[in-house]
Amino acid sequence: MLVSLLMLCWSVDFFSSSKPTTVLITVPAEMINSLFLISHSGDIFLEKHWKSVISRSVCDYFLEAKEKAGDPENVAPVLQTPHHYLISIYRGKLFFLSVTQTEVPPLFVIEFLHRVADTFQDYFGDCSEVLIKENTVTVYELLEEMLDNGFPLATESNVLKEMIRPPTILRSVVNTLTGGSNVGGTLPTGQLSNVPWRRAGVKYTNNEAYFDVIEEIDAILDKSGTTVFAEIQGVIEACVKLTGMPDLTLSFMNPRLLDDVSFHPCVRFKRWESEHVLSFIPPDGNFRLMSYHVSSQNLVAIPVYVKQNISFLETGSCGRLDITIGPKQTMGKTVESLMVTIPMPKSVLSVNLTATQGTYTFDLTTKVVLWDVGKLNPQKLPNLRGSISIQTGAPKPEENPSINIDMKLQQLAISGLKVSRLDMYGEKYKPFKGVKYVTKAGKFQVRT
Amino acid sequence: MTTMQRLLQLPVNAVNIVKTVQSQVQGQEEDKSPVLSPDSGQQTWYSALQPDELRHLRSGGTGGGGGGGGGGGGGGDQEERGSQEDGGGGGSFQSQPLRHDDLKEMLDSNKDSLKLEAMKRIVAMIARGKNASDLFPAVVKNVACKNIEVKKLVYVYLVRYAEEQQDLALLSISTFQRGLKDPNQLIRASALRVLSSIRVTIIVPIMMLAIKEAASDMSPYVRKTAAHAIPKLYSLDPEQKDQLIEVIEKLLADKTTLVAGSVVMAFEEVCPERIDLIHKNYRKLCNLLIDVEEWGQVVIINMLTRYARTQFLNPNINESLLEEGGGGEKTFYGSDEDEDEDEEEKEKKAEAAAMAKRKPYVMDPDHRLLLRNTKPLLQSRNAAVVMAVAQLYFHLAPKAEVGVIAKALVRLLRSHSEVQYVVLQNVATMTIKRRGMFEPYLKSFYIRSTDPTQIKILKLEVLTNLANETNISTILREFQTYIKSMDKDFVAATIQAIGRCATNIGEVRDTCLNGLVQLLSNRDELVVAESVVVIKKLLQMQPEKHSDIIKHMAKLTDNIQVPMARASILWLIGEYCEHVPKIAPDVLRKMAKSFTNEEDIVKLQILNLAAKLYLTNSKQTKLLTQYVLNLAKYDQNYDIRDRARFIRQLIVPTEKSGALSKYAKKLFLALKPAPVLESPFKDRDHFQLGSLSHLLNAKAGGYQELPDWPESAPDPSVRNVEVPEWTKCSSREKRKEKKVEKPFYSDSEGESGPTESADSESDSASGSESGSGSEGSGSASESEESGEVSVSEEEEGEEEEKKTKKRELKKAVQESESEQSSEEEDRKHERKMKQRKSDSESESDEEEESESESSQSESDDSESEAEVRKKKKAAESKPPSKPVKKETKKEKKEMSLLDLDDFEPAPSPQVTPVNNLLSNSLVTDLEGLSLSEAVLSPATIAPSSALKSYELLHRITGEGLSVEYCFSRQPFSPDANMVAVQMQFTNSSTSDTKNLHMEDVKLQSGMRVKDFPEIESLPAGETATAVMGIDFCDSTQAANFQLCTHTRKFFVSIQPPVGELMRPVFLTENEFKKEQGQLMGMNEITEKLTLDAKCRNEHTIVQRVTTAANLSRVPCGSDRECRFAGRTVTSGSLVLVTVATREEGAAQLTINCEKMVIGTMLVKDILLALTQ
Repeated sequence: MLVSLLMLCWSVDFFSSSKPTTVLITVPAEMINSLFLISHSGDIFLEKHWKSVISRSVCDYFLEAKEKAGDPENVAPVLQTPHHYLISIYRGKLFFLSVTQTEVPPLFVIEFLHRVADTFQDYFGDCSEVLIKENTVTVYELLEEMLDNGFPLATESNVLKEMIRPPTILRSVVNTLTGGSNVGGTLPTGQLSNVPWRRAGVKYTNNEAYFDVIEEIDAILDKSGTTVFAEIQGVIEACVKLTGMPDLTLSFMNPRLLDDVSFHPCVRFKRWESEHVLSFIPPDGNFRLMSYHVSSQNLVAIPVYVKQNISFLETGSCGRLDITIGPKQTMGKTVESLMVTIPMPKSVLSVNLTATQGTYTFDLTTKVVLWDVGKLNPQKLPNLRGSISIQTGAPKPEENPSINIDMKLQQLAISGLKVSRLDMYGEKYKPFKGVKYVTKAGKFQVRT
Repeated sequence: MTTMQRLLQLPVNAVNIVKTVQSQVQGQEEDKSPVLSPDSGQQTWYSALQPDELRHLRSGGTGGGGGGGGGGGGGGDQEERGSQEDGGGGGSFQSQPLRHDDLKEMLDSNKDSLKLEAMKRIVAMIARGKNASDLFPAVVKNVACKNIEVKKLVYVYLVRYAEEQQDLALLSISTFQRGLKDPNQLIRASALRVLSSIRVTIIVPIMMLAIKEAASDMSPYVRKTAAHAIPKLYSLDPEQKDQLIEVIEKLLADKTTLVAGSVVMAFEEVCPERIDLIHKNYRKLCNLLIDVEEWGQVVIINMLTRYARTQFLNPNINESLLEEGGGGEKTFYGSDEDEDEDEEEKEKKAEAAAMAKRKPYVMDPDHRLLLRNTKPLLQSRNAAVVMAVAQLYFHLAPKAEVGVIAKALVRLLRSHSEVQYVVLQNVATMTIKRRGMFEPYLKSFYIRSTDPTQIKILKLEVLTNLANETNISTILREFQTYIKSMDKDFVAATIQAIGRCATNIGEVRDTCLNGLVQLLSNRDELVVAESVVVIKKLLQMQPEKHSDIIKHMAKLTDNIQVPMARASILWLIGEYCEHVPKIAPDVLRKMAKSFTNEEDIVKLQILNLAAKLYLTNSKQTKLLTQYVLNLAKYDQNYDIRDRARFIRQLIVPTEKSGALSKYAKKLFLALKPAPVLESPFKDRDHFQLGSLSHLLNAKAGGYQELPDWPESAPDPSVRNVEVPEWTKCSSREKRKEKKVEKPFYSDSEGESGPTESADSESDSASGSESGSGSEGSGSASESEESGEVSVSEEEEGEEEEKKTKKRELKKAVQESESEQSSEEEDRKHERKMKQRKSDSESESDEEEESESESSQSESDDSESEAEVRKKKKAAESKPPSKPVKKETKKEKKEMSLLDLDDFEPAPSPQVTPVNNLLSNSLVTDLEGLSLSEAVLSPATIAPSSALKSYELLHRITGEGLSVEYCFSRQPFSPDANMVAVQMQFTNSSTSDTKNLHMEDVKLQSGMRVKDFPEIESLPAGETATAVMGIDFCDSTQAANFQLCTHTRKFFVSIQPPVGELMRPVFLTENEFKKEQGQLMGMNEITEKLTLDAKCRNEHTIVQRVTTAANLSRVPCGSDRECRFAGRTVTSGSLVLVTVATREEGAAQLTINCEKMVIGTMLVKDILLALTQ
């Protein structure tokens, strides 16, 4: 008996091996084949495949490039390996590395990866290695829904939240007790509706809609303080918690200021074209309603000036630094959260400075001086001065370091943009409405 | 059909197996359970389905039997096999299962919470890349679990490991099949999604069936999922291509935004070459675009870019003229769109106009439509969409309009650095062609010290490209700050950029040179070295002026250590030694001293310098040169030794030295052209911008070339969606669909309630489409629709006056043509009306467009009339052929159900594929028949003669040349794996046809073609034959190629009937039986049939079968059976056919073939042959 069975097995094996297997022509067909999450230090801690499994050894090419680049910011986002293309982004000290085998618009993948990172941030509060490791299963479920066969499927956070509930502490406690789940019990309908970004059946007791107009000044000032380049970029972040299907219209006092705009998909473009109002059915929760650019014809008000004197002595290994910051065009508001960052040349050993206001730190490894000033007092201008010591024997640094400035002005949109009104249609109740303005420094750099 | 059913049942059997086994092993230890134990071989189930096993299955096998039937038997087998393996000691994997024991236990428990916990741990393992494949059996049992989260995680697991565990994966299939029938659309969709994600070849037919069904599902979400499933199936089994194309064609006609993006994605991955499928859907896609989800938008825009490149004319043909036009351009388009002309007229007019110095180019309204509808998407928040539109404009828009994309691209520079990186690469390419576009944004490319190096370098590239006489001073000032940067790579790049500016802009050359010379005293060696290299290039342009700089550089040799820089200096001194006659020998002296310590590249230049000096100043340098040459003679590097030998022979006169030494001066001191410093982004725009290939500057796999503009535009009428066709369409498929879809549309309308007021254009479009679904909805609904449309128009901000007029116009139109008007969206319909009205009234078919675009053409009735009159005049002056043309066109529309092939002298057959003409009428009718069943191959239409010939090129399409082909069934001698195709060319025109050959063969991967030898001349009235070979890779996919004559090219395609994909083999009866025994189960297809009355005797059966397929008869003892055998041409898989006859003409057809697709198709073909 045993023998005959053995023979049977043999014959089966024989057939399976001798059989001329169907020659499958591998047809390339995917946008994103696999995704690897790689930590800052090069540890691959998560992988997901939407098609055939690609060995994680493919990441070696990337890790090599990362080694070579030194700074993670300098790793080329698109790499070519013999059989694959690696497209990666760097977010929150993590690399999101996607693998494709065929032609695909690189921005398509990059944009998608950022959307993934955004989603993680949205779900877990931050996009970090620890949090992703903690929530591996949710991450996996999310990835499963976001891509189908490598093609984006559901990327709207509202739709995703209907399918997979974000973890909260309370729920995770309850889940462990009851064996409940994060996966929504009801089937999501968001994907089916004409407004895929909004989930159905939203209910709130307090109906509220808040809008933050946030403007950032990008500027390059030269040594003498004249503006080389300055522009204003703005976004309107919304937090809308309204019951039902509200239809909102947001109008501006001076919409002509806006030169170039981009919208959340919910905004009706035609209305904007014709009337310059924002008409939309909002997604539920937080979202970016629009981002805009203020036309460069308008002169940009620069809120602060910087008087600086950084010099390295020709002889001897030291230099001097003296920075004073004062208000310039602040439109009557106070400059807050003022922060000055100075990346020093690599040959700088240490600094010995005194600040009249706030505190400063010097990072020995990155050689960055960080001066946290706080509020800018026009009566008593903050000043940072002292000496810099340089490695003995090292030549005098060629370039003076540039000064990067960070600040905030509350209740002010520096471009002068103003929201005039917000109307709601489609629902009966009266919502709370609010608009907040903030001006920040974007990439604000002073050359020295 | 029965095959399918059999396939569908199989997994159920498989489930039975597990059930039986489970009941048997309860109480036993888990990992000893045979089915659940991990298997070393991946193909257990597959091999379990091998013929021998299956015979056991059939006959009841050893164990089981009874109710469980075959399944139980199989289970028994497996069990024993499994225990055997255990006994055999698979030590390698015994340790692993032990580790997962706890997990297995948890999975088998009754508590969902335990299962969930286990699944979570397993998924975490998968995420970390740990192998969890040994848990497959334990996990797959839970596929039907009630708990939705467990289920989801099981799906995740299944999709990950199904490919490795094909056999066990089959157990889950029936669950999904049940899910496909669920009343809830979301469940249907997710079932299809998972089913199609399981990469198991055996279930290909099931997937195919599921996709086909889902494609006509009433829920658009399910249809979307079907579209997603198409590329999955295609990558699993490319042989399904033809059937998949049918599904794609059907889904392309879908009118919902939800489906559009996904189906175009499927189209791009399965059949990007079938551009003809887009024609009918082009306008719809353009109109839906803004409401498609963002990822779909990207895919559609990229595809439409390619489409437009094949269908429209280059708008920049007369670039100079356009520029001249300047401000008046818009009115120009506005007025020109009014002209509804044929292509030929357009061309003729073009010639005439060119002579008259008038603008000849007329943009196709569809081209305009695309540009207009994509423009708003520049405002998208999605960088990929913006980039897609930008590349579309760059490749398609008239030069004057491309500028709009600059602003949007500059906006993207605010985004993440990866986005910046890609955008800058594209901007760099664009700035080479269209510098003016980005000039206003020059400052946006200024570099911050905090930018990553790669971004800095790209920005630098853009700045350099943007530099011109006016802005160069600002740019150079910027560059000066950059040179001081701490980032040395960046500094080096800046120096090169300065060099490029200097070469490109003559005025600043001296300034740049001086600046660079100053850099020579820079402390950083890298900076100096880079400067030297750049200065060298600059000096080459005008060396005589700058001997002092050369002197200065000569001094630098003492200090600079960077080899490249040293080499550059030496080259300079050697090249221009007559300008520095005193210094040069001294430099050589120093170099001779340090020769042995130099880098190779420097050594070569020292030799070079020595040789040049020897020739110009031999008195001073003779000995030095000898010395250097001697040193080089014993160098380690053979290049240097070679060079030394070479130089010595050339310059040092010896008695042996030949004629060459006479020319030594010419050889060494020839004038060399100055180098051209070019951007690395030059000419990159032959890749489609925004593509991976462009970014890498190398063709990526699967990249679709962006075609060149056609010389003359193909027939634009292919995009017309014809009204009569819809109304007259008698296809039962269509009817069915209509009935089903109606509730959905009305449903979605209800949902869209709140948006309706504002989502203007497309919403109203979908509204009217819903009308189009219901054919006889009468005039009431129509008026409603027109109301809706006018609402949207209001929003578009058109003036009151115009609106009322239009509404009146519309009403009138509706009254006259109420039947058809329901079919079309308003605009198209209006166009149609116009076309119908009369031929002379060649008025705007794009009235609205011209209005919205041009500020001028406020076409009042009177005005437009005037225009018409003008046109009339124009028409009169034109050749008289035009009215004739129109007439035929009109006629054509009236009888769309007739075969148009013979009727119309195809306006431009060159690019219109033959099958497209067919698709107008016949194919739509056939569609309904072919979709639900398997492939409809050409051969199914009763092969009557032994060698059926097919038409490749019709006499009329081919302008007198007709081509027929048949499968000669002769072995193709050059390559045995190819099918011989015999072609017969007949020239029925009046002139000779020359140089008949084929070109541009488009094939599925793996397929090959051996061209037929070129026929040099085919006199009028003559016939010639030629044989070509095609390797179809055992699939019925068409081989597409162009048939070229000396004047024309014709797109043709050859699609083989499945019967021609095999060649006969001779088997004895015993061999046949043995082989047949090995091809049971999945590989066997049986069909019952009733033989045709004329086909009851053996002879006719044999004749008909061998006509249908290229098989040979196998001798047979019984006279009630006919047997045939063959092998597929490419893979040589055996094909066995048995026809067993019974009483009363009843018969049974059995086909055994490894290739199930071939088997299935062959069954159909033979059935048809026998029953007709």
